[in-house]
Formats: sequence, C-alpha cells, structure tokens
Amino acid sequence: MRRVLVLLAAVVLLAGGATAYATWAASSRQVAPAVAGFDAAEPGRVLVRSGGRVASVPLADPGAPPRVSSRACDRFYTANGTTLCLATRPGPLPKTEALVLDRSLKETRRVNLAGVPSRARVSASGRMASWTVFVTGDSYSTGGFSTWTGILDTRTGYLITNMEDIPLYLDGRRYHSADVNYWGVTFAADDNRFYATVGTKGRTYLVEGDFGAWRARVLRENAECPSLSPDGTRLVFKKRVSPGPWRLHLLDLATMRESPLGERASIDDQAAWLDDRTVMYAKDGDVWAADVTGGPPHRLVPGATSPAAIR
Amino acid sequence: MYISLLGTRLTRAVPANVVALGLVSLVTDISSEMVTAVLPLYLVGALGLSLVQFGLLDGLYFGVTALVRLAGGHAADRWSRRKLVAGLGYGLSAVCKLGLLAAGGSAAALGLVVAADRTGKGLRTAPRDALITLSAPPERLGGAFGVHRAMDTVGAFLGPLAAFAVLTATAGAYDAVFVTSFCVAALGVLLLVLYVRDRRGPLTVRVRLRAAVTREPGFRRACLVAVALGLVTVSDSFVYLVLQRRLAIAPELFPLLPVGTAGAYLLLAVPLGRLSDRFGRAAVFVAGHVALLAVYLVLLGPAWLVPALLLHGLFYAATDGVLMALTGPMLPESARTGGLALLQTGQATARMVSSILFGLLWAGTGEGPALAVMAAGLVTASVIAWRTLR
Repeated sequence: MRRVLVLLAAVVLLAGGATAYATWAASSRQVAPAVAGFDAAEPGRVLVRSGGRVASVPLADPGAPPRVSSRACDRFYTANGTTLCLATRPGPLPKTEALVLDRSLKETRRVNLAGVPSRARVSASGRMASWTVFVTGDSYSTGGFSTWTGILDTRTGYLITNMEDIPLYLDGRRYHSADVNYWGVTFAADDNRFYATVGTKGRTYLVEGDFGAWRARVLRENAECPSLSPDGTRLVFKKRVSPGPWRLHLLDLATMRESPLGERASIDDQAAWLDDRTVMYAKDGDVWAADVTGGPPHRLVPGATSPAAIR
Repeated sequence: MYISLLGTRLTRAVPANVVALGLVSLVTDISSEMVTAVLPLYLVGALGLSLVQFGLLDGLYFGVTALVRLAGGHAADRWSRRKLVAGLGYGLSAVCKLGLLAAGGSAAALGLVVAADRTGKGLRTAPRDALITLSAPPERLGGAFGVHRAMDTVGAFLGPLAAFAVLTATAGAYDAVFVTSFCVAALGVLLLVLYVRDRRGPLTVRVRLRAAVTREPGFRRACLVAVALGLVTVSDSFVYLVLQRRLAIAPELFPLLPVGTAGAYLLLAVPLGRLSDRFGRAAVFVAGHVALLAVYLVLLGPAWLVPALLLHGLFYAATDGVLMALTGPMLPESARTGGLALLQTGQATARMVSSILFGLLWAGTGEGPALAVMAAGLVTASVIAWRTLR
C-alpha cells in the first residue's frame, strides 16, 4: 500500500513538474513579431535564418535587429525572388518538405521529402533549386550513411528527387558504385552547369555536372559543398583536413589551384557569396564572413544561419 | 498501470517481477524514444549543428559502452547486486535527459551526454536480462522474455507520439521534450526501485566468470554462434535502404519502414517466446535466422514490402529475447550477468563489424552480390548454429 502511495505521489509530482516546465517553456519562447509585407528580394539586404524563421538585415548594418518574417525554415536560400525553404514538421511520422516560395514567401511548390535538412541552394536567376537531406534513421557507425539530393527546375517543374542515378565519369571512364551519395549542389549562371560533391567508398570528390545532358564528371578529390562565385570563376568548398574535420578553401577554376581561407575553425556549411571576394557561413550559431583571399574572418550577423545576400 | 495489471491473465502466466521489469522498460523506452525522435531535428534545426560532426563520434561511444557493459556485468555478479547496477544504468540515462538541456549548443558537450546516455543503456541491459532469467521458472523463460520485449516495444511506439504531443502543446519547445522525457525516465527508475525485486539469496559458491565460461562449454559455444550469426546480420538501415531503392518508395514514407518491423516484433514477441518454451529455444532461435535469410531472398528477388517487414520483425521476435532465455540458464547465478553482458557485447560488436563489411561489399559489388554473400554466410552460420545448439 505504501508503495502505491509513493508511486502515486511521484506520478503527480513528475507530471506536475513536466506540465509546469512545458507551460513555462511555451510562454517564455520569445517570438519576434513578424513584419507585414516581408520582401525576400529587397536589394541591399542579407537574408538569414533567425529564431527559426526567415529574416533579413541591412547589408550596411548587419548587426541591426533583424526584420523577421512569419516563415519558419530549417535551411533556406534565396536568389532573384525565388526562395527554397527546407522545413521539418515533427509528428508521429516526421515530415520534411522542400518549399519553393515567391518573393513574399508564399508557397508556390511543395516537394515531400524525409530526413534532416542539410543544404539548400537556388541558382542566381532563381530558376534552379537544389537541396540535400540526411535520410532519417541512418547513423555513421551502422554504415548506412545516406544523403538524398534533389534538383527542381522551377520554370518547367521538372523534378529529380534523388540525383544518384546521374551517369558519373572518373578519369574519363564511366564510374559505377552502389554507394554513391551526392550533396551540396551549386548552379552556374547558365542554369545548366553545376558543381556538387559525390561521396563513394569513403572518399569525396568535386564533380561538374551538366543538367540538360544529365551526366557528371569528377574534377578533383577532397572537396565538399562547393559554392560558385557570382562571376563563375571560383569555388569555395569544405576540404577535409587534419586537425579538422574541415577547412574552407578557395579553388580557382581556371588554374585549378586551391588556397585555404583565413577562417581556421572547422566549418560545416555550404558557403554563400556576399560579393565577388567575400563568403558567408554559419559558425557557432552566428553568420561569419571571410575574405576569400585569406583575410581574417569577422562576425557578420549574430544569432543567425543560412545567409543569402540580395544584390 | 501496475495495479490494474496485477491479477490479470498476464500476471498469472508471467511472474510479477518480469511484468515490473517490462513496465520499467516500457516507461524508459517512452522516455528515450522521445529524445531519439527529436534529437536530429533539434541538433540541425534548433542548434544549427552538423550531423556529420556529431556522427563521427559514434565509433568511440560504441567502445566505451562495450567496456562499461562488461564492467557493470562483472560488478553486478561480484556483489550480487543486479538491481542496483541496472538502477544505476536507468538513473544515468534519466539524468542525461537533463544533461541535454545543460549542454546547450555545444557539440562536444552534447556528444558526451549522448555517450553517457548510451553507457547507461549498456549498463542496464545485462543485469535486467539476468533478473528476468532469475524471476521466471526456467521452462517459461521464453514467454517471460517475450512479454518483456513486447512491453519494451510498446514504449518505443509511444515515445515519438509523446514527443510530438509535447512539441505541439508547446509550439516547438525542444527543452520541454527533454524535461518531460526526464520526468518519464525518473518514473521508470522509481518503478524499478519500488517493484522490482533482486534475488539476493545467501552467497553460495562464487563462480568467477572466466571459470564459468570455461566450465560451461554450452555457453561458450552459444557465444561463438551468436557472434558468427551477428557477422552475417545485415543492419536494419541497410535493409530499409535496399527496400526503398528496389521499390522506389516515396521519401516521405521511408520513416514508416522501421515502424513496420517494430509492429511485427511487438505482435510476435510473446507467441514466439511461448513457442520457444514448447519446441526448444535453439530451434526457434535458428528458425528466426531462417526468417532473416528469407528477408535477404525477398530483397534479392521480388522485394515484397509487407512480407519483408513481417519476416524482419519475426527475426527479432524469434532471436532477441529467445537467445537470453536460451543462454541464461546455462550460467551459474553468480556469473550470469557478466556472462550475458559478454554475450551481448560480442553480438553487438559482430553486428557492427558486419555493417562495416556489408557497406564495403555494397560499395564494391552492388547490393545484389553483397546480399548474396551475406545470405551464403547466413546459411552456413545457421547450419553451424543448429548443429551446435541442438
């Protein structure tokens, strides 16, 4: 009998504690008021993810309090009025969606996915959207590490949910392996040529792809999450180094010469170009910027991730 | 819940201590699956961390967990304190739920908390299973393990739902999920303290684990068989990936595949446990691996979704608890926890090696030949298992 009383008392106490905390947590979550008429294509601003939602700060004063929209995304990118938003919806069956949004962040297209959002990118014209998700339930030690990378042509509506069937050429020969995984796509200005990472047999390679012809060829080893400069001549990418695991590097596509950026911390992000000589990336919950010629990095937007500059 | 279960048909067929352990596992699994369900989203969505950074530590955790598991098993035997060691494991995992809050956004701290959580899980498994073997009459052990595993799986089903309910009620407050998960885990520890009884008879002859293992050739052989079978067991995530690729399952339905396996496991755990009591645990254990072989063949051939998942659940129902019911009684009481810990560690290590090997095979030859190699290995290992254990 005493055991039952102890148990009942504990149940009441624990349930009360959990409820009280949940109530407090729900009410104390500071939700910045969303501004009406948020414009995702206003020149001179940097869009970021702040407080879980799409927000923007002025390029001239990036430390200013952000203007926050009502749109929640886990990862997003925007270019020329097209925003790609990767969002998860927790549930009995967790859902992940890739949403294409217009400049007022209204949904124009939805793609159902699964897994954890990793990368989102839109080509400079706003036409080609690409994303990478980690497949739910996979862990590294159990060997099933798997990413799904999709590409959507927003003009034609043509959708590739998983690009791993793209014919791949290594040293001029067709490469076959069951374990290829692609991630981190970046499109060139012609909306056809793209760069991405392919992982296979424990190595990663930088590939150059042709969307129309649907094939890809390996350019070099050890380069992940490339990001093409606005002038199309250089890539910034994550290179696996020791100690690392990664360091951002710059690759000149004409000379194929690479050089490390001034950022010495390990960065796991697909960099975004602020202008022709600066990239932005997430580090420790803030957006940082670094000169690609090797200058020291500086904090650009506090408390933010997923940067995208509107030029 | 416990009170209403007393005096029902369940407790007449299954000893109260096993039901109590089942309840502890059910409640604890709600707690841990709540966190498992939201952790990736929390890390990436709320904290903006990278899963890669996080996943690289996985191998390290595994090693630590294995060592702690062995040490815990030894300690439980040495002082005949299975309940205490299990309780420490449950308690450590409970505290880790609050540790997730304390770790904040630091990847290193979060990694440590997750490692400690898994250590708690490693610590409690062997003493818990040893307690089950000591709580049910030997001729009904299979059924007892079946009931325990079924209750455990119910908890695993409820966890994600509970996490979802908390997130909905709090408009996405992950910290509220962790605090609720802690409260649920604390309830599990309390249920253990209040309702689970350890068997602390007078310390008779103490048998050391090494002596027990060398003196019991049956147990030694069972360990080797479990390791051999573990080496040819394709990990769950690969099974689901192959199914997804073969059937081109829509990505948003992918998370349903593990639910299918768990559903079959839940329904079949008790019947197969009872069957193992009637027709022999070795027979059911080997039959479970035949079901796994059938999964491989379905994956190689027609890739039927429902049969594949049913057979996969059948495999777990016929092997997981049944192996403990088979081997537990082979060991003297004073070396049982350590022995089971050794067996479980061996099996887990073999499965990890297997998934690395399968990953290499898959990359090198494609999924068809890789599965064929595993199927051939499974046939061989099953034949050896049957000859050895029979």
